[in-house]
Amino acid sequence: MVWRPTLPTREPGRLDVRKTYKLYVGGAFPRSESGRSYVVTNAKGKFLANASQASRKDARDAVVAARKAFGGWSTRTAYNRGQVLYRIAEVMEGRHDQFSAEVAAAEGLSISKARSLVDASIDRWVWYAGWADKLAQVVGSSNPVAGPYFDFSLPEATGVVALLAPQDDSLLGLTSVIAPAIVSGNTAVVVTSFERPVPAITLGEVMATSDVPGGVVNILTGSASEIGPWLASHLDVNAIDLCGIEDPDEARELEAAAAENLKRVRRPAEEDWFASPGLSRLTQYLETKTVWHPIGV
Amino acid sequence: MTTIDSGVGAGVDGLADVTSSEDRLRRFLLGLPGVDQVGAEARAATLSTRSIKTTAKAYALDLAIQMIDLTTLEGQDTPGKVRALCAKARRPDPADSTAPQVAAVCVYPDLVATAKYELRGSGINVASVATAFPSGRSSLAIKVQDTKDAVAAGADEVDMVIDRGAFLSGRYGMVFDEITAIREAAGDAHLKVILETGELVTYDNVRRASWLAMLAGADFIKTSTGKVSPAATLPVTLVMLEAVRDYHENTGLHIGVKPAGGIRTSKDAIKYLVMVNETAGPDWLDPELFRFGASSLLNDLLMQRTKLATGNYSGPDYFTLD
Repeated sequence: MVWRPTLPTREPGRLDVRKTYKLYVGGAFPRSESGRSYVVTNAKGKFLANASQASRKDARDAVVAARKAFGGWSTRTAYNRGQVLYRIAEVMEGRHDQFSAEVAAAEGLSISKARSLVDASIDRWVWYAGWADKLAQVVGSSNPVAGPYFDFSLPEATGVVALLAPQDDSLLGLTSVIAPAIVSGNTAVVVTSFERPVPAITLGEVMATSDVPGGVVNILTGSASEIGPWLASHLDVNAIDLCGIEDPDEARELEAAAAENLKRVRRPAEEDWFASPGLSRLTQYLETKTVWHPIGV
Repeated sequence: MTTIDSGVGAGVDGLADVTSSEDRLRRFLLGLPGVDQVGAEARAATLSTRSIKTTAKAYALDLAIQMIDLTTLEGQDTPGKVRALCAKARRPDPADSTAPQVAAVCVYPDLVATAKYELRGSGINVASVATAFPSGRSSLAIKVQDTKDAVAAGADEVDMVIDRGAFLSGRYGMVFDEITAIREAAGDAHLKVILETGELVTYDNVRRASWLAMLAGADFIKTSTGKVSPAATLPVTLVMLEAVRDYHENTGLHIGVKPAGGIRTSKDAIKYLVMVNETAGPDWLDPELFRFGASSLLNDLLMQRTKLATGNYSGPDYFTLD
């Protein structure tokens, strides 16, 4: 059990300092270029916050930021990327209470249920952090070839990945789509759940303070149906996860748009976020590079 | 609009008179009205908030492409790189033949012949830097020879640098004589005079250097070499455009302006075009009178162009690196 301080009760009559919820793009917290915002309510329909509503131009800027960050992030050592992901888990642990309250409000859960979801999310970061320097051993190979060569196949990051995060599961689902994308060196543009964006915004703040270089994860709050098509057809996006699209026809259209530059597409499916994730999301965003190296005498 | 009243009277005769002696030239340049720094920066910032969309944007993008001096000025330049650049100048977007050609290719003097050969028959000019670019620190004889070499190799345009040391220490006559000497050596080639505004410190100096270059016979005044930071900025270009406009008021002559260095995005380029239109006037929205010294800008313009044509965002993977 983690030690938590007992907080003194608040002075009565003190005015709240309300937070302005913004996007997270390129390591900064801009408002939406469009100037739009929308009302976020809790599960019972009570006002929770005003969130920025990202537009296609915010998505465009986010892709530029992600592309810029890709070179540096993908060439870090796998070991270092693992450390950075573990650091995310550490910083989340420090904000455990905040995440629990936000998840409880967003999903209408009891605080203890929300706590276990936050625990699972933090554990998921740690789980994926461990994979950073083991991926190459498991999915790479040394190939027997009929010639005087060493022949290796190595997994490499595909590039910029657009993630349309799940609509229902505001933190565990979100974590489960972001972590496997970035652990291998990809950079991500995330469109959060439209109705439950607050835990994602806080996750952005965690990213900003946990050694994740700016631009590696970009978080856009808003509608996946509105922004998704721009990301699906964007020629500088290399892969897309359609998880947050609930209408099958819409998902099909996005998949067709994504075919233009042969993006790797992950179709929406029934997900059990509590189950052990397996390697499928990890390997979804990889390219295989095969190297032939002459054997010396 | 400022009409220049320097005590020698406005109009062509008055301006001819100011160059008759170094003393008069100095009095004229120091008598130019000062630039309101805050005002110039505010004006440039206001003009850059204009929203240019749809058909106007398509027009602006194509115009900007036609105004580019596609530039490579590196110690590591090779004939191969210049050939690649020339191919790009001829056909900027391999996937779209409707993309217009650029105005010129700008190289060092020793690569002029290569560029000239590669651009034969295309109508694209070859520009060459000269006069001990980028510092301009050598004797006049060497600078003149440098210019003659470039022109002999086939340069259609010569980009010369002024002697900033002489200018900043107030030896305006020396700078003037140098520009006229190069003007003569350049013959029929278009002469662009680089002021290197990043080293001139104040907007007042930029205005003086602009007038000095125009009086000495420049066809174009250019902001920077691209080797000094800050390079081209909007307020500096605004001051130069005002100088060009006022010179036109006084003499009826059109002098061109070329911001160079640091302009990388379509958004920036469009801001410059808005400023040209609002300051010097629509006459200057012409590759003959306004140029961008840039190389990476072209790719961004092409990406925006593709976005307008296809409706999808494009990416750098689909365009050549230089």
